[in-house]
Amino acid sequence: MLYREAGQFKATYAEDSQIFPIRQDKIGFWVLMLVFGVAVPLLSNEYWLKAILIPVLIFSLAAIGLNILTGYAGQLSLGSAAFMAVGAFAAYNFILRIEGMPFLVALVLAGLTAALVGIMFGLPSLRIKGFYLAVATLAAQFFIVWALVKFPWFSNNSSSGVVTAQDVTILGYTFVTPESKYVLTFLIVALMALLAKNMVRSSTGRAWMAVRDMDVAAQVIGFRLMRTKLLAFAVSSFYCGVAGALYAYTYIGTVEPEGFNLDLSFKILFMIIIGGVGSIMGSFLGAAFIVLLPIFLDNVVPVIFGDSLGAGFVSNFQLIVFGGLIIFFLIVEPHGLARLWQIAKEKLRLWPFPH
Amino acid sequence: MKLKKTVLLGAVIAGLLGSSMASANEEQFIGLPSYRVGPYAAGGSGLFGGWIDYMQLVNERDGGVNGVKLTWEECETEYNNARGVECYERMKKKGSTGNSVFQPVSTGITYSVLEKVAQDKIPMVTIGYGRTDAADGRVFPWVFPLITTYWSQASAIVNFMGQKEGGMDKLKGKKIGLLYHDSAYGKESHAIMDKLAAKHGFEVIKIAVAHPGNEQQSQWLQIRQAKPDYVVLWGWGVMNPTAIKAAAKTGFPREKLIGVWWSGAEEDTIPAGPAAKGFVAAGFNVAGANYPVVADIKKHVYGKNKGNMEDKTRVGSVYYNRGVVHGIITVEAIRKAQEKYGKGKALTGEQMRWGFENLNLDDARLKALGATGFMPALKITCADHEGPGKVKFQQWDGSQWKVITDWVDSDRPLVRGMIEESAAAYAKEKGIKPRDCSKES
Repeated sequence: MLYREAGQFKATYAEDSQIFPIRQDKIGFWVLMLVFGVAVPLLSNEYWLKAILIPVLIFSLAAIGLNILTGYAGQLSLGSAAFMAVGAFAAYNFILRIEGMPFLVALVLAGLTAALVGIMFGLPSLRIKGFYLAVATLAAQFFIVWALVKFPWFSNNSSSGVVTAQDVTILGYTFVTPESKYVLTFLIVALMALLAKNMVRSSTGRAWMAVRDMDVAAQVIGFRLMRTKLLAFAVSSFYCGVAGALYAYTYIGTVEPEGFNLDLSFKILFMIIIGGVGSIMGSFLGAAFIVLLPIFLDNVVPVIFGDSLGAGFVSNFQLIVFGGLIIFFLIVEPHGLARLWQIAKEKLRLWPFPH
Repeated sequence: MKLKKTVLLGAVIAGLLGSSMASANEEQFIGLPSYRVGPYAAGGSGLFGGWIDYMQLVNERDGGVNGVKLTWEECETEYNNARGVECYERMKKKGSTGNSVFQPVSTGITYSVLEKVAQDKIPMVTIGYGRTDAADGRVFPWVFPLITTYWSQASAIVNFMGQKEGGMDKLKGKKIGLLYHDSAYGKESHAIMDKLAAKHGFEVIKIAVAHPGNEQQSQWLQIRQAKPDYVVLWGWGVMNPTAIKAAAKTGFPREKLIGVWWSGAEEDTIPAGPAAKGFVAAGFNVAGANYPVVADIKKHVYGKNKGNMEDKTRVGSVYYNRGVVHGIITVEAIRKAQEKYGKGKALTGEQMRWGFENLNLDDARLKALGATGFMPALKITCADHEGPGKVKFQQWDGSQWKVITDWVDSDRPLVRGMIEESAAAYAKEKGIKPRDCSKES
């Protein structure tokens, strides 16, 4: 009913290869963009913008980055948080040390720095695979955080290693209010998500997927393994780096290397597992799920139980529920929330006459 | 499903009724960004338990502060910066006058909200952690690293060593090992120790321990080779008992192993077992349940079965008492601010800030509170947001902490000089014009 496609004909190749070939999807997409791009900053309050929506967007971007590497190119990585750290500290140093550095250029340079570091740690992927590669990226995680703590130059000799992000100024406008920061984050994330979507639909993405499915076969039919794998590492790290810079500049405001620890890497990995491995939309769903669920539980659990139980129990119970829900979702739908949405859509196409 | 919905609805209605009834009386809201799960839960549950118990005591025994009931809400941060920021934003507008004070008990969260508190006009109190140079109140009007800072502590520890050696000049030529947690927190010790070493002529051997620190063989080998006269243990969490055990194994005398205040709790010594006997640690509060204030909590709060601690034997432990200190300081700031802005009225964050800035807990006031010797006397001014910078040293006798010194002073001129220098650099970087304290009232 909702998804009746009758009457939608594709007469050209361009029409057939759109991101959203179905009109309903297209309308839905633009409605979503309008809601999150215009209505939300106008109507939402400070708490929602600062504490919920901005981090969801930033983690979505990091999850897209990891999804490109793990979901599309099949290279398991546990170093996403470290690449975020590279991005955050690179942006800080570019703005600090180069007079008059525009924010957006610094953001791109931060991404490129992360990409370079990513290529370096991607080199082992040419020889090792699977869990062994995960261990190699684990080295990246520990090495980068260690290096940022070890060499005080990165944090401009701050005694505690913590850096405070400078003000974000673009064309003379300083982003101070949560609304403006949200809109900036939203635009950057939307643009980069669109780019990622097109990348994975293009020959680059097909090369990644070929390597993911069977790298020997991909090599036999003419994909250059080294180029494809390192490109995946570079693009993935670029996305994580930009996410890290946004994390510092539009979200938290101050960063320390320890903030980008292994826990955060795992969190981003959970996001793509829950959201859907190999899906751009899944990255958004997974990030929203992982960021929102603990906050939701934090609000709901005490209301249900009241003060009858100790505060320690309530805190631990939230973790139990969180873990339980993740297992539940993985059993019900191992391919993640994105797959659930796809199934729902297929059902909707036939509804209400499934036969 | 239906039952659950009914229960939820009932709870929501009860909550609404509760809040509307409560607004008849003045209430002061205090948001507690606590951590009761995660790697630091042992510290968090003790500290926030003590703090809540003290506020409960004020409500039960005195009926609040001049009739203003204290209300609070916990928000679980898991010691995670992002969760801490979420908690800060969530609690900011709660209560009739908003959150009156933010005390994150985490250096990371302190840095994350450092600039937000000034915009939102909520004072932030960081007792014994956080950003050291925020003690310069001219540059950081909204941040209060009360009682003492890491730099004061390092200096007090060196002074304590001098006392033990029989004079500061005896430290010349000595070797002091600094076994630190390799993180922002641990590196906070470097600058001050270097300065002190230059001043007193001793040598510092800095030895890093990577997080979490449950493997320290190579570090202690290094210590055994260097043979330092003292080792300062600048640790956190599991690193502490491991270090104490390793010291015993290497044969380093525990009496010469001196912990900082995040290394000197029951949670650090009990896991180390008999090896911990003789270990010395600094603290801006002491352990023990014999102080009148703790006895009052037992009588008025636990007597009515309203205590927060699940394990009642922890009442009077180091972390618990530290929470009581947080409670005392919060309540006394409310009392002070009420003197200026009206007794029996709920205060805004801006008014609370004045209360903290004019806090004066002299010996007479501490005696009235039943906290003589429990925490140092404290006087805060516009320029000095730190206060006494004194610590006491306690020694673990195998089953409990015994206080072995009176309040030990730090090298105030040296520490203050470093604080002002660092704060001035921050002000310059951020374009802040320091306040003129002679114009503050």
